[in-house]
Amino acid sequence: MMESKTELPTVRKRVGLGEIIFSIPTLLILAAFFLILGVIVYYGAPVISWNFLTGTPGFTMLYGEPFGPNFLYSEPFNLQILPYGGILPMIFGTLALVSGAIGIAVPLGVLSAVYLNEYLKEGLFKSFINQVIGNLAGVPSIVFGIFAFTFFSKQLDFGVSLLSGWFVLGFMALPIIIKSTEEALKAIPRGFREASLALGATKWETITSVVLPVATPGISTGIILGIGRIAGETAAILFAASIFYQSSLYPTNVFQPVMALTYHLYYEATSSPFAGINRPYEFGTALVLLGIVLLFSIIAIYIRTKSQKKRKGW
Amino acid sequence: MVTVLNKFMMSNNRENKIGKEKEKKRTSRDVKIETKNLNLWFSKNHVLKNINLKISDKKVTAIIGPSGCGKTTLIRSFNRMVDLDGARVEGEVLLDGENIYNYGTNVVALREKIGMVFQKPNPFPMSIYDNVAYGPRIHRVSDDTNLDKVVEESLRHAALWGEVEDRLNANAYELSGGQQQRLCIARALAINPDVLLMDEPCSALDPIATAKIEDLIWELKEKIAVIIVTHNMQQAARVSQFTAFMYLGELIEYDKTKKIFETPKEERTKDYVTGKFG
Repeated sequence: MMESKTELPTVRKRVGLGEIIFSIPTLLILAAFFLILGVIVYYGAPVISWNFLTGTPGFTMLYGEPFGPNFLYSEPFNLQILPYGGILPMIFGTLALVSGAIGIAVPLGVLSAVYLNEYLKEGLFKSFINQVIGNLAGVPSIVFGIFAFTFFSKQLDFGVSLLSGWFVLGFMALPIIIKSTEEALKAIPRGFREASLALGATKWETITSVVLPVATPGISTGIILGIGRIAGETAAILFAASIFYQSSLYPTNVFQPVMALTYHLYYEATSSPFAGINRPYEFGTALVLLGIVLLFSIIAIYIRTKSQKKRKGW
Repeated sequence: MVTVLNKFMMSNNRENKIGKEKEKKRTSRDVKIETKNLNLWFSKNHVLKNINLKISDKKVTAIIGPSGCGKTTLIRSFNRMVDLDGARVEGEVLLDGENIYNYGTNVVALREKIGMVFQKPNPFPMSIYDNVAYGPRIHRVSDDTNLDKVVEESLRHAALWGEVEDRLNANAYELSGGQQQRLCIARALAINPDVLLMDEPCSALDPIATAKIEDLIWELKEKIAVIIVTHNMQQAARVSQFTAFMYLGELIEYDKTKKIFETPKEERTKDYVTGKFG
């Protein structure tokens, strides 16, 4: 006898117009990302070498006929500063700026987020503070830059320095850190706080022994996103912190300016009539910068997924 | 309103009959928590209306009633957790004769005496050991060598020791729901409370886990007063010696559990326990 098979009706899945409309922008985002990444890797990767990453820069003067996009430029001889060698001082400068800024922004941001979420009651004052934080996040970075130059460099007499850079980048990272810490605190079930208080713990003990430890993955994700945000910042440090070249290469104290990847790149790409002549060098620098920023994002994503796996029960 | 007044007068009469001396003795020895004209509001919402209740020590008292009748709020007022919800309280709640709403009451010390188990198991996302050790560590009641002993005893009391003794460092969320709830009970017992408040502790658990917790409640009453809020009338009948029936913020009837379920005085109590509404 033949085995009877129950045939399931086959459902033909039709790709509708809606799905197409909504999927195209998503694919475009992917395309945009990989296009950017592709261009930078294509031009930059050949430059990356041990010497490039760990060496210090030197410069040669190049005289010659203008060419390329600047062919309309009429001066017969022109001067081009061509960097060669490595970019270690700039990598160091970027990392020094970021770590100091984070050192300022994390305590301020985390403490105020705890205050906002655990102590301050809903009301006019709280919504006002939230508005201010939101607006701080929306201030264009060039405005931060001019503010930093006027206030930190001149008014407080920090000069064009690492210190000015720390403060301005710290201010820029603050809203991100406050918001993500608040989100992390909000995600903690009320039951944890109640259980701790019901055991006779004070509010302080509850916050330090339960709330903050449980929120740590969320808070660190926010910190790392903040790092990613400010590591790539150019305009904010343009006037107040960075310099194209200084003979000591590394700042010897916090009142000295720093060489940073972003500013270096900006200067390289814009300040020369021979723009394009040392494109590989520029793209190498861009690739390193992108690598640093992406690295921080990847760490943030890693911590987030790891902590999400851990919190299966609540 | 009239019935409440009548009831109030009746209870006064009964107390007079018992006599002052006996009454005094009863207060000092057997009554653990007493509420006097307890009223509670959440902004304008009058949630507890003139509650007068005496809860015996070393007995299980069940609080039953339909959803929203104020039973959870009532037990949360016993350890002042209602403070967190922004409640306004009038009247008195006496713990061992002392009003816990007196100005200057040490709420931390109060909550050390009154443990609480919540509706949804809420162990901290830490190890099993650290969960139980949380209270003793906060209150520094024991040094590290002692702590192991306290943790073990508490887990034994909560009938969980055998299931977790070889994995005390495992995360609490690796346990099943019923085990998590017993862990929460162990955590509450670790600071030696006089009273254990349980807010529908079995509502998220399966029948087997529920049975284990009910056995546990039965044993706990040898040492401390247990007050359990429950939706489940069979559960109230099984585990408690006294039952309070609440409806719309009022205490309708409070008596021995047997009387509440077999010969209730109030019509509404009868309707509720026989399942006419709920």
